[in-house]
Amino acid sequence: MILASAGNALVWIVWIVAAFSCLASGVAVISFSNAFYSALALIGNLASLAVMYLLLSAEFVAAAQVLVYAGAVVVMFLFVIAYVGPRRETPWSGGPSWQTVGAAAAAGALLVEIVVAVGMQANGSLSHETSVGTDFGTPGWIGRVFLTDHLLAFEITSVVLLVAAVGGVILGSHTRRATA
Amino acid sequence: MLGPDVAWYIAVAAFLFGIGALGVLIRRNTLVVLLSLELMLNGGNLALIALSRQWHNGAGQIFGLTVMAIAASEVCVGLGLVVALNRRNLSLDVDTLSELRG
Repeated sequence: MILASAGNALVWIVWIVAAFSCLASGVAVISFSNAFYSALALIGNLASLAVMYLLLSAEFVAAAQVLVYAGAVVVMFLFVIAYVGPRRETPWSGGPSWQTVGAAAAAGALLVEIVVAVGMQANGSLSHETSVGTDFGTPGWIGRVFLTDHLLAFEITSVVLLVAAVGGVILGSHTRRATA
Repeated sequence: MLGPDVAWYIAVAAFLFGIGALGVLIRRNTLVVLLSLELMLNGGNLALIALSRQWHNGAGQIFGLTVMAIAASEVCVGLGLVVALNRRNLSLDVDTLSELRG
């Protein structure tokens, strides 16, 4: 019993640290004036999200998060930011314009809408005790589900990735040199 | 389930989505808009995976992995656009890019 409550407290501490660093690095992403620092802050955000996925017994998704996002997407971002060079932007200076105020109001309204909608829909059903089997979220289980129940989504995702890769190559190729 | 209830995860996901939406609306640099879009996608992903855990339904995790692949595709095309814009010496400010005439 003491061991279980100690484990519970440990999970709470890990969760609080992960949630705080997730939100703090999210704020950092949108508030740095240098895009390079924003991309670096996104790494912290993705890492703390991976910790929360582990707490939710989604081991494979956490590993994929670190590999795909922190490994591939952020590296691509950092490369492009270094390629286009420094473009400083001071988003929070010069006083609030009507655009800034409107954007903040729209984002706040969106957040309130989400919270109200989820709160009304959930109605207490999100807080009852649940437990899952030991193979929930493991790579073997994910692979089995992907190749049986969700085969169509798997195949369509591969086609979308191929199309995006071809599109990226076409956009980045030098065929527009005449107009450059 | 040890630790906080799923409702807490949903709250974090909602705040992350709100922060990302604020970044998309407020920032003018195309690259930072793309980064904020990643925040929004991650907020949605966290909600999907938390609810997948709550109802023991693997479809949420499958959806999360699919969202990850779509986000990678989106970054691929978006950064390709940024590189193409930069090569033609166009501004990366989304306000001056409001017309698609090039």
